[in-house]
Amino acid sequence: MKFRAKITGKGCLELFIHVSCTVARLAKVCVLRVRPDSLCFSPAGFHGLREAGLWCEVRRGAFQQFRMEGVSEDLDEIHLELTAEHLSRAARSAAGASSLKLQLTHRRRPCLTVAVELASSLGRARSVVHELPVQVLPRGAWRACLPPSLRAADASIYLPRWRTLRSIVERMANVGDHVLVEANLRGRMTLSMETEVVSIKSYFKNLGNPPESAGAPPNGDLESVVQVRVDNRKLLQFLEGQQINPTVALCNIWDNSLLQLVLVQEDVSLQYFIPAL
Amino acid sequence: MPLLTQQIQDEDDQYSLVASLDNVRNLSTILKAIHFREHATCFATKNGIKVTVENAKCVQANAFIQAGIFQEFKVQEESVTFRINLTVLLDCLSIFGSSPMPGTLTALRMCYQGYGYPLMLFLEEGGVVTVCKINTQEPEETLDFDFCSTNVINKIILQSEGLREAFSELDMTSEVLQITMSPDKPYFRLSTFGNAGSSHLDYPKDSDLMEAFHCNQTQVNRSVLNIEFPIGDKEEVKYQISVK
Repeated sequence: MKFRAKITGKGCLELFIHVSCTVARLAKVCVLRVRPDSLCFSPAGFHGLREAGLWCEVRRGAFQQFRMEGVSEDLDEIHLELTAEHLSRAARSAAGASSLKLQLTHRRRPCLTVAVELASSLGRARSVVHELPVQVLPRGAWRACLPPSLRAADASIYLPRWRTLRSIVERMANVGDHVLVEANLRGRMTLSMETEVVSIKSYFKNLGNPPESAGAPPNGDLESVVQVRVDNRKLLQFLEGQQINPTVALCNIWDNSLLQLVLVQEDVSLQYFIPAL
Repeated sequence: MPLLTQQIQDEDDQYSLVASLDNVRNLSTILKAIHFREHATCFATKNGIKVTVENAKCVQANAFIQAGIFQEFKVQEESVTFRINLTVLLDCLSIFGSSPMPGTLTALRMCYQGYGYPLMLFLEEGGVVTVCKINTQEPEETLDFDFCSTNVINKIILQSEGLREAFSELDMTSEVLQITMSPDKPYFRLSTFGNAGSSHLDYPKDSDLMEAFHCNQTQVNRSVLNIEFPIGDKEEVKYQISVK
């Protein structure tokens, strides 16, 4: 098994740092899948969609160098389990760096080595090396690391302006612990919640629906509304601290069962599943 | 559009109180300043709204928002009173964020149908509309500090910035805050008596912070010190604090 990759360039580095920090915020332990054309992060110990989970994919195009050799020729992947916080801490040390190298190494035990090259203002380069202990997962554990494969969503809609969305969910989380997300295929979405003291409902329109949304509304009516009620703190955790400017930000709803948020920026995609309450 | 105006008027007739603001921050800033307890009593007349927050029957903070601040302000009866959860109200007023996006304003329309009905808030920013309904409660009797003018011996009005600084420097090991007002030196003095000794903060009568100084007699008053006094940001709104 071999893995070696290098990121240079400010934009790609920032994106990688952002992904590592997002993963660490939403999962204590994560699985890093090294595949021939991408790196994928998934929550460890995931047992079906009973809990919220984040999957990220960083495609090969984000790396200046990417070389891997899987377990064997027909099992051309490597699955590593590691503490997400270790990776995010290592990645954060690469803020403003000139390059970040990832390499699978063995120092008495398997490690993911993160080597950061920093150019100091005096012109002398410094390097910081982190050795992150990892556990190589056996083949039997691989299936649990894949994102859930589901039937087509009942409704698919582009998300409103991130800042507005985050602020509304944040205020709702101050007041209660759930939020009802509703959407239809006419670009309309509402967020609402109610407690004994207050009820709050926000209306968004003209959001647009993705063209390839395979979502077929339950009774064929585009106006018909699809809904799901989720834990708003889970939603807020995902919305907070997102500083990237996604080219695509949308959500998919499976009526009364699941909410999926999808963000895509260049070679990075994030998808976050939140099951219904 | 006379027909539409009539429609809105007809709709409005069902409300005891209707108030509209182009910029909700004009209201939320003031309310944040008196937000030291969870509940507040709102008292609206045709002159405006008074919001009162009380603590243990010994501290009362009032915010007066004059009718003129609102773009639209209608009170159907002589007065409208209700008690409301101020924490929730502030969360709703800042639903679009506490710091506005540059160049955007959040508009507010507030409606109250009367006793037993919730307070309705309609907030709009950038095409997004949020509707909040907050349950109201029986108004509680608020203390009347009886600031009746005829019994006043001394009256001092200070700009709150200076007072805020003073309050933040008070020696909190002192059990009491002593306030001295006098036509002679030290004019206006805040004193504490703590573990390290006593300290005095003097404001001369010709200080820049003095807005008004009318003292006829020397008066010394003591009050319990451990009450929290949040005095908010004062860029937009000038506060006047009277110590009588």
